[in-house]
Amino acid sequence: MQGLAGVAACSTVSGTGAAAPPRPYTPVFFNAAEWNFLLAACDRLIPADANGPGALALNVPRFIDQQMTMPYAQGAQWYMAAPFVQGPDNLGYQLPYPPRDLYRHGIAGMNAHAATRHARPFAALAPDVQDDLLRAAEGGKLVFGDVPSAAFFDQLLANVMEGAFSDPIHGGNTGLGGWAMLGFPGARADFMDWVDRYGVHYPLGSVSITGETA
Amino acid sequence: MSDDARRLKPVDVVVVGGGWAGSIMAKEMTEAGRTVVMLERGPDRSTAGEGAYPASIDELEGNFRYKLFQDLSKSTVTIRNNASQTALPYRRMAAFLPGEGVGGAGLHWSGVHFRMPPDDLRLRSRVIEKYGAKFIPEGMNLQDYGVTYEELEPFFDKAEKVFGTSGEAYKVNGQVVGQGNVFSPSRSDHFPLPPLKDVYTAHLFRKAAAEVGFHPYSLPAANASQQYTNPYGVQMGPCNFCGYCSGYACYMYSKASPNVNILPVLRRHPLFELRANCHVLRVERDSTGKRATGVTYTDAEGKVVTQPAEMVILTAFQFHNVRLMLLSGIGKPYDPVRNEGVVGRNFVYQNVTTSVVWLDPKVETNQYIGAGGGGVAFDDFNSENFDHGPLGFVGGSPVWVNQAGVKAIAGAHSGGPPGTPRWGSAWKAGMIDTYRHSLRIDAHGANMAYRDVYLDLDPTWKDAYGQPLLRMTFDWKDNDIRMNRYVVDKIGNVAKAMGARNVHLGMREFGKPFDTRQYQTTHLGGGAVMGTDPQTSALNRYMQSWDVHNVFVIGANAFPQGTGYNPTGMVAALAYWAAYHIRTTYLAHPGPLAG
Repeated sequence: MQGLAGVAACSTVSGTGAAAPPRPYTPVFFNAAEWNFLLAACDRLIPADANGPGALALNVPRFIDQQMTMPYAQGAQWYMAAPFVQGPDNLGYQLPYPPRDLYRHGIAGMNAHAATRHARPFAALAPDVQDDLLRAAEGGKLVFGDVPSAAFFDQLLANVMEGAFSDPIHGGNTGLGGWAMLGFPGARADFMDWVDRYGVHYPLGSVSITGETA
Repeated sequence: MSDDARRLKPVDVVVVGGGWAGSIMAKEMTEAGRTVVMLERGPDRSTAGEGAYPASIDELEGNFRYKLFQDLSKSTVTIRNNASQTALPYRRMAAFLPGEGVGGAGLHWSGVHFRMPPDDLRLRSRVIEKYGAKFIPEGMNLQDYGVTYEELEPFFDKAEKVFGTSGEAYKVNGQVVGQGNVFSPSRSDHFPLPPLKDVYTAHLFRKAAAEVGFHPYSLPAANASQQYTNPYGVQMGPCNFCGYCSGYACYMYSKASPNVNILPVLRRHPLFELRANCHVLRVERDSTGKRATGVTYTDAEGKVVTQPAEMVILTAFQFHNVRLMLLSGIGKPYDPVRNEGVVGRNFVYQNVTTSVVWLDPKVETNQYIGAGGGGVAFDDFNSENFDHGPLGFVGGSPVWVNQAGVKAIAGAHSGGPPGTPRWGSAWKAGMIDTYRHSLRIDAHGANMAYRDVYLDLDPTWKDAYGQPLLRMTFDWKDNDIRMNRYVVDKIGNVAKAMGARNVHLGMREFGKPFDTRQYQTTHLGGGAVMGTDPQTSALNRYMQSWDVHNVFVIGANAFPQGTGYNPTGMVAALAYWAAYHIRTTYLAHPGPLAG
């Protein structure tokens, strides 16, 4: 049984190996204006820095676009029966919008705010101005029709984290870069021989479900 | 209604829900020679399918797309903090995560496997003995279970042997035999398996807690520390600390589940039939209303079907059992205004908060290594193990490091120390430091029952089958907040003894209502409680409906108030306890087992 993780690791010897050059990706769900917003926002939410790769290198926008084609994004796992009555925040999400609609309303709203305040779409703004707008959205200070900006921001941030740190089989975490910066071994899933090696980092790199290693 | 439904060939027993309680009851009833149909509203599941490596090692699917959990699009609950509010639907998974499919919550659970403390089973009596009746706050419905530890002991023991539970005993047959929990009662036997190894953070916690003067012990874990064959002849593999327990079907066959520990035998039994994707709408009763005649359900093709049966055993998740009783008119619904009725009364939760300890940045805490039930706890402030007199609150809380395997998305969401932004470079630095060099300590406290905290049917929202959703009226109360703050305060010294560079004590805040958006735990309880008085309990001490004697209801719904421990060990023991009395008494003489 202990060999199972090893099997996955071994299979990478003839696998993808070195990081492939990024292939151009054509979004399926997002239109051009939405895609530009998503690229820019992702770059601010997880910027590339000394601590590791950013959301763009990890292909987080691609992950989110692919998620938008899943039943999840149409609210298939959410209770979406009417009536939709708004109440105190602590009683949870009460909007009639599944993730796809939140993105449609939210990105249009962000770009509208950018246009009103700065006469440009979000993606064309300076990074610190983008950060200010994202913070305003996060703090619920903007309203996009009947969508409070925090509802959109929370959806976006949740999907960004998923894209950066989930198995690359879902389209993000390219090259296992998200896992490498955390020291997370991914699908190794066998620490029989490391459970009592106290305080010492696990020596093997991350491995993905398909056997890719980092 | 039921006249239109197709009527199937009668069986002896219909079991509603394919989790731990259902699998135990079905196994026991087939052993007694009864024909059993088990109805499960979700899909059939097996470890070889959902659990297969490496596809199952997928955090997005397991913990963020809720592969093994309830399909909220079909049915959910509504929630409010008090009766003056409009309860609103729980539309997205967050605070609690009920399961669905064969195995139920027993497939996605972590594996912490406790016996109920003897004092908790008679908490009302014990509190009055020690502090007087006036000590119980106004509005708190403190009750006894009506069953003692001594009565349940053989069934705790049986459940541990079926689950292949790992742990270290303190006392066996009255003799001190090991380094187990000094506050735990005597046992008739050792745990079937020795305790799991301590992960690093649990090892540090054990040392520090002892240094401070507390009494650390290995958490009893239904994650097998060695290869094991249970009394039913099914085999478990040794846990390899992969960290994929909660939310996953264990690919190592190490975490106990109905799917691994009972169903492989049950599925082959000629008297047993499992029907998946069958959603039970109600229990049917005869013209007297005092006898159940079977259940009506919607099958996989959407046809409405009636399954006649001599006995109906409800073994769905806690709140589904309560809802089925309300939808079926079994027992008097609770009315909080008149303080009458029992179904929906004494709804409780688990009072958990998490503290974080940051160690030296040179120390790697390897939080991804873990076993769902593993870890180290101390019980110095749990149950009646300490003097509540000067403190003025009821209830307690074990404190533990239960490192079940923190994976990457969860780590990213948790972020850095309080005050760190949720995104950007500052988040990244704080989050990476926290992920690599911190550990978490939980205060896993009891939640008491209150007159104005309850379950009933929602007047507005319905499920996919046109039936009203269950409505939860729940908030944290002063007694429970004070208990949590008292116990969490004790964590500070333990953290210091661990060499903490920074500590965040996670405490419940006064005036901050129950928040449905933040994951807490799925340990919901009460609502159809057991007891000795039909005015304050829906079930007698044998888990039998006081009103409809051929309906038994097994689950955490039976807990009259919350406890500091995880519920599964108690649910399994109650199932074996009820099954024993059904087999030895009820089958030969059907009728009320308690008068």
